[in-house]
Amino acid sequence: MAEQTFRYIAKKRRPKEDRRFIAGAGRFVADLALPGMLHVALVASPYPFARIRGIDSEAARALPGMIAVLTGAELAAGTDPTLPGVDAPKVKRWPLAHEFVRYPGEWVAAVVAESRAIAEDAAELVEVDYEPLTPVTDPEAAMKPDAPAVHPDHGSNVLFRKKWVWGAVEEDFAAADQTLSFRARWHRSSTVPIETFGVLAQWNPAQQLLDVWASIQMPKFADQLAKALRLPGNAVRVHFDVDVGGSYGVKRGLKHSILAGFLAKKLGAPVRLMEDRLENMRGGDAQGPDRIFDMQVAFGNDGIIRALKIRALDDCGAHAGRAPLQLGKPVGAICGPYRVNAVEYEAISVTTNKTPQEAVRGFGQAPTNFALETAVDRVAAALGMDRLAVRRANLIRAEEFPYTIPSGSTYDSGDFQTVLEKALTAADYPALMAKRDEARRKGKLAGIGIACCLEPSGGNSAFEPLFNPKNETTTWMEACSIKIDGAGAVVVSINTSSSGQGHESLAATVVGEVLEREPETIRVVRADSLSALPSNSPVGSRMAIMLGGAAAGAAKKLKEAITAIGAHKLGLAIGDVEYHDGAVMSRADPAKKASWEAIAEIAHRKFHELPPGIEPGLQASHVLEVPTGGTLPGPDGRVQMYPCYAFEAHIVYAEIDRITGQVALGPYIVGHDCGVMINPDIVHGMTYGGIAHGIGAALYERFRYDESGQFLSGTFMDYLIPSAHEVPDVAIVDHCTPSPLTAFGQKGSGEAGYLGAPAAISCAVNDALAPLELKIAELPMTPGLLGDLIATAKKSSS
Amino acid sequence: MKAAEFDYARPETVDEACRLLDGAAGDGKIIAGGQTLVPLLVMRLTRPSLVIDINRIAALHGIAANDAGVTIKAATRQADVLADAGVQQRLPLLTKALRLVGHPQTRNRGTIGGSLANADPAAEICLVARTLDAEISAQSRQTTRRIAMRDFCAGAMTTALTPEECLTDVRFPSWRDAGRIGTGFTEMSVRQSDFALVAAACQLVLDKDGVCRRIALGIGGAEASPVRAEAAEQHLTGTRLEAGDIDKAMDELQAALSPLSDVHASADYRRRVAGALAARVIAEARDEAKAA
Amino acid sequence: MSQHDIALTVNGRAYRGTVPARLTLVDFLRDHLRLTGTHTGCEHGVCGACSILFDGQPMRSCLIFAVQADGATITTVEGLAPDPAGLSVLQDCFWETHALQCGFCTPGMLIAAQALLNRNRAPSDEEIREAIGGNLCRCTGYKQIIDAIKLAASRLQGANAPLDQKGAGSHG
Repeated sequence: MAEQTFRYIAKKRRPKEDRRFIAGAGRFVADLALPGMLHVALVASPYPFARIRGIDSEAARALPGMIAVLTGAELAAGTDPTLPGVDAPKVKRWPLAHEFVRYPGEWVAAVVAESRAIAEDAAELVEVDYEPLTPVTDPEAAMKPDAPAVHPDHGSNVLFRKKWVWGAVEEDFAAADQTLSFRARWHRSSTVPIETFGVLAQWNPAQQLLDVWASIQMPKFADQLAKALRLPGNAVRVHFDVDVGGSYGVKRGLKHSILAGFLAKKLGAPVRLMEDRLENMRGGDAQGPDRIFDMQVAFGNDGIIRALKIRALDDCGAHAGRAPLQLGKPVGAICGPYRVNAVEYEAISVTTNKTPQEAVRGFGQAPTNFALETAVDRVAAALGMDRLAVRRANLIRAEEFPYTIPSGSTYDSGDFQTVLEKALTAADYPALMAKRDEARRKGKLAGIGIACCLEPSGGNSAFEPLFNPKNETTTWMEACSIKIDGAGAVVVSINTSSSGQGHESLAATVVGEVLEREPETIRVVRADSLSALPSNSPVGSRMAIMLGGAAAGAAKKLKEAITAIGAHKLGLAIGDVEYHDGAVMSRADPAKKASWEAIAEIAHRKFHELPPGIEPGLQASHVLEVPTGGTLPGPDGRVQMYPCYAFEAHIVYAEIDRITGQVALGPYIVGHDCGVMINPDIVHGMTYGGIAHGIGAALYERFRYDESGQFLSGTFMDYLIPSAHEVPDVAIVDHCTPSPLTAFGQKGSGEAGYLGAPAAISCAVNDALAPLELKIAELPMTPGLLGDLIATAKKSSS
Repeated sequence: MKAAEFDYARPETVDEACRLLDGAAGDGKIIAGGQTLVPLLVMRLTRPSLVIDINRIAALHGIAANDAGVTIKAATRQADVLADAGVQQRLPLLTKALRLVGHPQTRNRGTIGGSLANADPAAEICLVARTLDAEISAQSRQTTRRIAMRDFCAGAMTTALTPEECLTDVRFPSWRDAGRIGTGFTEMSVRQSDFALVAAACQLVLDKDGVCRRIALGIGGAEASPVRAEAAEQHLTGTRLEAGDIDKAMDELQAALSPLSDVHASADYRRRVAGALAARVIAEARDEAKAA
Repeated sequence: MSQHDIALTVNGRAYRGTVPARLTLVDFLRDHLRLTGTHTGCEHGVCGACSILFDGQPMRSCLIFAVQADGATITTVEGLAPDPAGLSVLQDCFWETHALQCGFCTPGMLIAAQALLNRNRAPSDEEIREAIGGNLCRCTGYKQIIDAIKLAASRLQGANAPLDQKGAGSHG
């Protein structure tokens, strides 16, 4: 694709939405107050697994200011359960525990009062009679036939299990010069946004309409909410103009919203459920992947990786959430950026008595990349080869694109080698190696981590039909509408909420680019779910591609209409005019022109000057199916997953304190290629944030449970999120390999940084430990873990 | 997370505060900076019927630094103590420790007395007080008494204070030994501003020949209360604090320790780290004294 | 239980209220005064989203009860701008470097950064990290925030430079 020059795209531009946030004028759920609004607090289970024998709320209801106590029995009678994305119809889930509690912190009753404080007072007075049962806390133990089943009606704890074989795996293993195997453990962590989940619901009986404001990032939220509440889809209006205080995948509070909606309707008053941090950490159902990878690699003495066998066992928690499907998206990049001939992939999702997972940034790709990059480093170590040399030998080359991997996805474009080289140059890799070696000579544990990882983007969620053939969904669309009023003012309407990704700026920039109008003059508004066109919300790094594409499509339609009106006004054929900056002028004599304002006026007021076949007014919308989407998986499970593949190459230097096990990171360089960046500051920001998030997963963050199933990480004193002290300076080196599939060559980038940082940091720590002949393939690598590991070293490196 | 209801009083004198505490019959809690108490209140882990706010008691603010020592009133803000020139000069170990206490924001509100009264095993201020044999003054309606730090610390989050007592000040006696003083403080925490898993504090005196005449060495975070490494101290007194001396003393220190084990770190980890950090602060103090 | 009358100044304006003892300052600001720019992320003093200036010093307003703020002078994010329609130099720099994404931690960050710049016009990188070390952000990785604070420092330093040096002193 030829190098494009853009007027607004790819240029520095202050994001529109920042203006309200720097003034403290954001509009988050907790900021919304309706007259007569009631507040919810939750009664949570102290047991990991128990039968509910009875609930006595008499004392609670007697408190002044108390309105109601809702139990799971009443809610289950009045709403439909939500079901897993996989085929497991007996695994039903309601917002409140019904008959059994299945994890510590599960919500058992909802208390509604005039204030949150009174609701909490009352919640303490609700007496629940539990019969404790023996919990299952280990996923491998949970798979055994004699393990207590979290959902007895389902028959076992195996929620999903399937193995795919793509290519001649056994033959490749038999023929390989060498094989190796290892286990990699990604412990439970999640995105944990600083704003908890909140929802405000109001039922209007006169209109038979439920209004909902939520801190939401979820496709089909309004549909699923209506369905659970047994309302028609057009009886729920979700307001997307609510600011969401971070999500990175997890703000899918469907259960919170069903609960609030049910209460609003029942009580005839607006109801707000705003999680406090305790409710959020254990009962918010927003934990993340908790994975055991058993990896086998078949490779040659030349370092070429021929085949992989990957067994991914994920501890789902007590309800499905998005956990099983979170094993599916990595199928679309199952061999990473490498030329691997054959792959066997077994995905197993197992229930235990832990908090359910939600969709975490990358939807399973970050843990998978961690396992893959660990494999590459182990191949290098087995051969005594340089880790860079092994990567260079296996990376798909620029001339091989588009490249189809064994599981059926085609990588659209890339130049992995160049991005890696750019990162190495920016890092001054030889100097970094010298720094490492000098540190080692002084007795320090020093290492460099290199990780080459893919960021699949575009959100073609073909893992849904792949994991559940009964779900024949292949439409993953996005929409955008634009209107220009009679005086020429532009309004763009987008159909989803945002949580910091800069969609307003994205849409304005794209529309401005196509219409050749300054994005500052373009207003972006958000529809609500009744007035909106279809959207699948910002998941899967899809919005640059999909909203960008839809906005561009709508703008193109408008540009054509404007050109037609202008040509007609000038009395010329369309081929004899040109469009510049929103005006239409004669090719032969540019002084003959119809201005933007004049054309807008014609469209809205001067029907007699409108060309035949053009609708009055000036508006257009475009609905876009995901590029390369629209097909169901084949019988062997091969399917095109996401359309566009961004790439990141991390280079990170680390030193480990021998005694304390603390890891000091930096310098940190990342080469990043996500095609054309519509707004570079926005893309860079998400990459820096993703790396910080990855540092958390690699070194600090873990949801812990003890052997008896008690939850140990319920506050921010236990679950440790990186502060500015823990994140080193990061240098990003950009490269642009445009996608041939998108409007401007843009690829998605919302998950950048997070998908490669844990792998890179793990590789750096292992490099630092290598002189001690120690290895670790477990995240997070906390100081306690590393300190104890180093103490076991038989070999001293000094 | 909203606290359970409580009554609130804001006395203007210590006597009034003590009367209120007495009247609450064990169900009253003093609030100063609130950096530890308020989280306990909002998580409903403590439910006093009366909260007594001592922030406006003028007599509980202030730092007096003279040749005899440094006395800090209970409600003095950690940030003010950190910035105090008198403390920097006469009690440099406390200054070093305060830099590592929480964040600037928590130090703006948190108090010296609050940290001592809460007695978190990892609290840096408690460790310094223990290392330097500070004395706590406590007042109740009936009594006024002084409590030596070794008697004050009674376990994790537990002190010798009765429910009717208000901590009023802490006094750090000066070291009058002839010679050059050096100090060292360091800690190991998971993130920079977290509670320490292990902390080490050292103050020593070197004579003109570089021989250690006196040394105080304290470890925090390893056990339920801060401890003095007395065997190690004895071992090091009279030596030049060379590497070999320190190594042997660290063996003694580690052997004497009964470290906690929890999700963050094993007992072995704390033991190892205690030895390493203690060695570091001894070296820091020694080098500082040599340069003095 | 006890209700208390309080009088305090917030963003230069005098307010009175009657509050239960257990009401935190952040809840008073948000719910009683409808100053919703200050946010709660944890309510136990770790995340810093609730940071305000209390008598000029940055503090966590979730760890102070409203009754304790009687007589205090408070500044929230809404009080940082020189006028209702304007932006402070620091706020403008946050916009320039895109020092935010979701905006939830931003008010607390601005307070912590403004407090730093109020006493230190030339902070080092380390001093900046120390000043914002108690404000957690999940979106930005802190880089563009640090850039914004550095930019603001250089602009503030240049602002009072003599006229003939203004070109060199003010950066962008």
